[in-house]
Amino acid sequence: MTEQAQRRTPAPPPGTYLGMPTFQKNAKVQLADPQLRSNLRHATGTIRAKRAERVAEVPEWEQLRLAGEAIKNRTLRHLDTYLVQLEESLTKAGATVHWARDAAEANAIVVGLVQAKGVDEVVKVKSMATQEIELNEALEHAGIAAWETDLAELIVQLGHDRPSHILVPAIHRNRAEVREIFLREMKQYGTPAPEDITDSPAELAGAARRHLREKFLRAKVAVSGANFAIAETGTLVVVESEGNGRMCLTLPETLISVVGIEKVLPTVEDLEVFMRLLPRSSTGERMNPYTSVWTGVTPGDGPQEVHVVLVDNGRTNALADPQGRPALRCIRCSACLNICPVYERVGGHAYGSVYPGPIGAVLNPQLRGISSKIDQSLPYASSLCGACFDVCPVRIPIPDMLVHLRHEVAEHKRGHVGVQQTAMAVAGWVLSDHKHFELAERAAGLAARALPNTTHLGPLPWPASPWTRARDLPMPPAESFRTWWRKERGEAR
Amino acid sequence: MMNARDEILGRVRAALADVVQPDPVADVPVEWEFGRATAMPDVLGRFVEMCEDYQARVVRAADGDVAAQVAALLAEAGVSSVVLPSGLDAGWRQAVADAGITVHDDDPQLSRAELDAIDAVVTAAAVGIAETGTIVLDHAADQGRRALTLVPDTHLVVVRADQVVSDVPEAVARLVSAVADGAPLTWISGPSATSDIELSRVEGVHGPRNLLVILAEQPPE
Repeated sequence: MTEQAQRRTPAPPPGTYLGMPTFQKNAKVQLADPQLRSNLRHATGTIRAKRAERVAEVPEWEQLRLAGEAIKNRTLRHLDTYLVQLEESLTKAGATVHWARDAAEANAIVVGLVQAKGVDEVVKVKSMATQEIELNEALEHAGIAAWETDLAELIVQLGHDRPSHILVPAIHRNRAEVREIFLREMKQYGTPAPEDITDSPAELAGAARRHLREKFLRAKVAVSGANFAIAETGTLVVVESEGNGRMCLTLPETLISVVGIEKVLPTVEDLEVFMRLLPRSSTGERMNPYTSVWTGVTPGDGPQEVHVVLVDNGRTNALADPQGRPALRCIRCSACLNICPVYERVGGHAYGSVYPGPIGAVLNPQLRGISSKIDQSLPYASSLCGACFDVCPVRIPIPDMLVHLRHEVAEHKRGHVGVQQTAMAVAGWVLSDHKHFELAERAAGLAARALPNTTHLGPLPWPASPWTRARDLPMPPAESFRTWWRKERGEAR
Repeated sequence: MMNARDEILGRVRAALADVVQPDPVADVPVEWEFGRATAMPDVLGRFVEMCEDYQARVVRAADGDVAAQVAALLAEAGVSSVVLPSGLDAGWRQAVADAGITVHDDDPQLSRAELDAIDAVVTAAAVGIAETGTIVLDHAADQGRRALTLVPDTHLVVVRADQVVSDVPEAVARLVSAVADGAPLTWISGPSATSDIELSRVEGVHGPRNLLVILAEQPPE
């Protein structure tokens, strides 16, 4: 039997994120897909308009953003204090705290906990942290099926696909594609979709409800992330819409929450700021349908065995760079994705990470380092228009950070002489002396006279090719201004 | 080899070598007044309006009429079985039983499959938030454990007028002590919903698809 046949869950597409080519190469592939661009334009346009409407309802929105920024800065600048406090509070509340330096360690902890319960499947709440560490595949390798229960995550999982958006991971799929996926795949993993199902979103959501209900009712172990972790009380918060989160957090006997160390908030009171910033920024709602708040083990209610895995996985790298630190304020609302003109056109798959869009362009190179092609290219996946900062609920200065990271990438690549360095060296020679400049002008003028009927220069051969691939140059004039001046005024210098 | 905890905390401390002020509060001031009310002319009216905006069915009733309204709304929803938390108002319980609806108690705890076969649940609430149309449960005895308000497809919740506050800050201020005591919270804004397919909103996925709200008010003196 092949490995494919032995799998418990649908296989993701082949390849790894870090093995991906540059953003710019990936973007070309994505841009060639008109269906994708149409899906994205519709979805990001809709959600942008909703967000703008809901934010406009709050007169003190700017003060709220400043408060959100300050609370997160306070937490990050004293993260050791708050992490120790969180661990104490969680332990006191009956939870077991685990620490993981990296993805492999986090995955090993979760796999070990699931195996100790003697089960071969878990239900999952949508969680960016578990996607980041690629937990599902680690569980699969251990013979444990991880069932995604968020509708969009289910579409991605059943579609053998990767998420392309933080909040709506299947934003690149339209209803007809979702119907195809459900019809083809659901029957292989549980309750099938009805054969006569149409592509109405209500019917598709109904099929997901029936498909997942049996899994919710039998699951013994659930895996979640957390939007916030309150240091003072050891309380975790999960913000969601569908009720799949509540199912996972409430029904199973064992709950394992994988939480990035930057998710800490000092006090319960701080929630008043973030529970206003997050829903309006992310889904453009006054409030999301469901929020679950729990503190360790509640006797007689919900899971009686509760584990929290605190994950570093590169976060301390970002923390160590005072200019990179603000990225850790991110509450994963995805407003920056929806507003970004680059994201709207290329979609999330080009970014080579579970964190796409502007925040991904600053977060990934910091979490993973800048040794891979994809991470070196991400700081350039932006026009630096600044819209992402304007919508960010915690005021992450993404454009400034992109410039900072471009510098880091440039420094990293030093020693490889590129086209730009060569061009700058030539320009330096040309501009260093007026005789050099006039020589260059005369050369350009001769070239122009050799092509008398041309008004613009199209693609030029190397070394000018990177510049002219996307730009036409006007023809240099046959006679330079300096030559003309000398001829008209007869004044030699 | 250093264990993961000590190594991560060590990395964090090394990363924060530039932070010299040891007191977090003095180091980063937060310019925000917590727990403040949001000014609005009619808090209860706004609560009703916002709940309805989320497709919840809302009925305003005088305190003395709540029991009758509970029975009437359940009948209107076509409910034939209901689970009631142990601390629910005795009058409401009686009204439900008198209406011929089969009443299940959660003592001993019902299994997931048993809950799945029950049509509805009736509970009280902890806090209502006007500006967002949110109902918060703190799962006290009149609300029951979390699964009761999750698995049945209809949730009828009675919110007292004095539990309704203007906005999220006032609500969090009221809920701090329950959280500190270890109580779980469930914040509910309308029925379960998704916008995952083309951003098109669908009411009703995994949580209760019908949310019925009674706002219980003291009649004017």
